[in-house]
Amino acid sequence: MDSGIDLQQSFISLLEGLGLSHSLAKVVWLPLPMVLIVGAVTVLALVSTWLERKVSAAAQQRIGPEFMGPQGLLVPAADVLKLLTKEDVFPAKTDPWLFALAPLLVFIPVFLSFLIVPFGQNLVITDLGIGIFLWISLSSIAPIGLLMAGYASNNKYSLLGGLRAAAQSISYEIPLALSVLAVVMMSNSLSTIDIVNQQSGYGILSWNMWRQPVGFLIFWIAALAECERMPFDLPEAEEELVAGYQTEYGAVKFMLFYAGSYANLVLSALLFAVLYMGGWESPIPVSWLASLLGVSENAGWFQAIAASLGIVMTLFKAYLLLFLAILLRWTVPRVRIDQLLDLGWKFLLPISLVNLLATAGLKLAFPLAFGG
Amino acid sequence: MNLAEGVQIVSFGILAFMMLASAIGVVLLNNIVYSAFLLGVVFVSISGLYILLNAAFVAAAQILIYVGAVNVLILFGIMLVNKRRDFARIPNAWLNQGVTALVCGGLFALLSSMIIATPWSISTAPIAGDAALVEIGKHFFTDFLLPFELASVLLLMALIGAIVIARREFFPEEGEDLSAESNLTLPERPRELTGGRR
Repeated sequence: MDSGIDLQQSFISLLEGLGLSHSLAKVVWLPLPMVLIVGAVTVLALVSTWLERKVSAAAQQRIGPEFMGPQGLLVPAADVLKLLTKEDVFPAKTDPWLFALAPLLVFIPVFLSFLIVPFGQNLVITDLGIGIFLWISLSSIAPIGLLMAGYASNNKYSLLGGLRAAAQSISYEIPLALSVLAVVMMSNSLSTIDIVNQQSGYGILSWNMWRQPVGFLIFWIAALAECERMPFDLPEAEEELVAGYQTEYGAVKFMLFYAGSYANLVLSALLFAVLYMGGWESPIPVSWLASLLGVSENAGWFQAIAASLGIVMTLFKAYLLLFLAILLRWTVPRVRIDQLLDLGWKFLLPISLVNLLATAGLKLAFPLAFGG
Repeated sequence: MNLAEGVQIVSFGILAFMMLASAIGVVLLNNIVYSAFLLGVVFVSISGLYILLNAAFVAAAQILIYVGAVNVLILFGIMLVNKRRDFARIPNAWLNQGVTALVCGGLFALLSSMIIATPWSISTAPIAGDAALVEIGKHFFTDFLLPFELASVLLLMALIGAIVIARREFFPEEGEDLSAESNLTLPERPRELTGGRR
């Protein structure tokens, strides 16, 4: 596999050409991908809130936002502006420190997890050796923030919502981690880059979704539960709990929860695409297309096109999944809390264990197809 | 000293301060919920120290297990068993606290003198870095197989124990007098494991 475009190297050599020392050039480079990814994630989350409005409107045969910008595209921006300028209220007898800290604890791990999301061979902030494991461990911090929010709000609905959120989050983390583990076993690596590379070669046929059909479903169900999406949005079930742990929140702190939940949804969709749908790989392999057209794969312009195609592909898959999640929200009724925990512990957990065992067996039996 | 070393020293300082300060907070704060949250900060700072030691996997496992599981369960326990009750002041409480502080201080002095006095055999092997994961796996299935399996048996025992305790499903009938019960027992009684109503 050719390394493709290396933006870091070219940027650093560009700065060195301007007369900067190597280490200084690296320092200038360091914040760039981080700022880029924070900006990009914010935009992606905002787009998904717009998508939620539009798709839900379509599902209910309404038109949805229309007048703020073309097709209501400016609604998310107006939302942010409104929440930023609202008064920041601490309700009576809340615990001010914990109340202010909780949204941050939910928000920051989600954004940190974007470190490992690859958009191309070199289009990732860090290719960590522990890769996908970082996401699993960071996502386990969120329940603490939820419990903190529930406790600090001094409101019974909030406390119940926080407890439900934590229970749901720790129960569904286990099937999620086990289904990821099956993929990791097939790829022989935790690194997201290696996981995608292992799925390249035969285009859509080599994606993990065909080899891990059970894990594919388990991951999606568990990811929806982790994101507190509709069939599983018990922590904020509005008929029962007002808004769960978010009840007392407003203004910027509410915005952090809101942005965190949508960023988490985008993150789950992206990682789902990476784990099961070949990440940045196209359904028809690019190298095959190149040889068909008689173009050298190492030509600069071809690599630029391939890299942008990779980004488009990743985002396309992620937004397809997001669309699916939003459709699910407007078609499926909410489960009860006991049904939710039953599903997690008595159904998904055994199935994912069996899936892991079967993957291990198949890997031993057919090392060629299941990554020896 | 280049940039990387400077960053390392500064982050070590910050992490060590965070860890010590929050550990002291865990012990000294009166509100048990604050203590539990600060315990999370302690775990996160320890995981930061692991990252400084190039042990990324251990750091992530630390966060997953201690912050994501242990600390969440502690918080969960505190918030579910929220018995609002004023405890009677114990006379001469300072004596208890003084003795505890003395014992803890003595333990600390003993352990630190042991750490300083022991001639540790420091490994000269190159730092594994990202390959550490593979090394850990190999050790788990060769020379550390027995402790690894024993730990899993221990966890299994805890699991079964938790299920047995959680099967208490009796709730007191109306009018039944429970005021004679002490503060330390739950109103639930264990249910017979097989057959019958309650």
